[in-house]
Amino acid sequence: MLVSIYRYNPEQDEKPVMQNIDVDVPADRDLMVLDVLELAKARDPSIAYRRSCREGVCGSDGMNINGVNGLACITPISKAAGPGRKLVLRPLPGLPVIRDLVVDLSGFYRQFEKVKPYLINDAPPPAIERLQSPEDREKLDGLYECILCACCSTACPSFWWNPDKFIGPAGLLQAYRFLADSRDTASAARLAALDDPFSVFRCRGIMNCVAVCPKGLNPTRAIGHIRSMLLQQGT
Amino acid sequence: MVTNATSLGRSGLFDWLVQRFSALVLLAYAICILGSLALTPDLEYESWRAQFDMPAMRIFSLIALLSLCAHAWVGIWTVTTDYLNEAQLGRAGTLIRLLAQTVCALLTLIYLFWGIRIFWGG
Repeated sequence: MLVSIYRYNPEQDEKPVMQNIDVDVPADRDLMVLDVLELAKARDPSIAYRRSCREGVCGSDGMNINGVNGLACITPISKAAGPGRKLVLRPLPGLPVIRDLVVDLSGFYRQFEKVKPYLINDAPPPAIERLQSPEDREKLDGLYECILCACCSTACPSFWWNPDKFIGPAGLLQAYRFLADSRDTASAARLAALDDPFSVFRCRGIMNCVAVCPKGLNPTRAIGHIRSMLLQQGT
Repeated sequence: MVTNATSLGRSGLFDWLVQRFSALVLLAYAICILGSLALTPDLEYESWRAQFDMPAMRIFSLIALLSLCAHAWVGIWTVTTDYLNEAQLGRAGTLIRLLAQTVCALLTLIYLFWGIRIFWGG
């Protein structure tokens, strides 16, 4: 199988190049993209990429696979390229490249930090724990599962154009995760921090984030909920 | 919070509401104009003129004109802040954006006052 891999070392190379590597892939099994990448790395050990758990839990190997963001470890090559087709691997779009498929995620994490992704509660802590009803706990389903792989935010044009001002789908999903938490008491302050023309409202609802999320989450819906909460508070 | 001096209302929610509300006004105005055109097959200048001289039509036209300008400004402001910035154009980005926004703001104001003159100028 022919694999085309984005190669770039900003300290040495003038511009990125696509390197073609022919990899022997067993015909009887459907490998994951990460397996093929490992085989390619056996051919050329200088290829750089992040990986860790190899089962879609750690979120390290988010990359652009044949034009679509996804996790290399849980994307089968049959789905990514199809039979007889070339596998094209590029780094997540819109972020500075450190080397090859490794991108600088600090801007992405800065947006995550902005939404204060932790529980804020002014009430004195109870003796054992803050209780939550099963119904209230259910409201966090589809929000807490995010693994911060950055596939969604780097598929979002609004995040490409304003990565310093627009929180992005991943950050906003977490913003709503804490707005929706019955144990959090900082909703008003959280909403006030989001009511500017960029943080939330740069979302134009094109749903690229929903299309690429490897965990099947729906940031667009969460952004809609934030908008409704802003509307209730602000009118 | 990210602040911005050139957005219409400086609040994302305000701009978002203005965009939706003005879109509804423009839809209603378009239906009204198209409807009146459909109902008067042999339209002449006199009846067209009389229609726009009615106070209700003048007020509706003014609201539609204001909605058009507000809608246009929110949209143009979004496009200029998306594509005309330092990330896309380098260090000259801010200057280019400010120039583009100034030209668009002036055009919007010219169309607004010109429109008011047409509808209310007698």
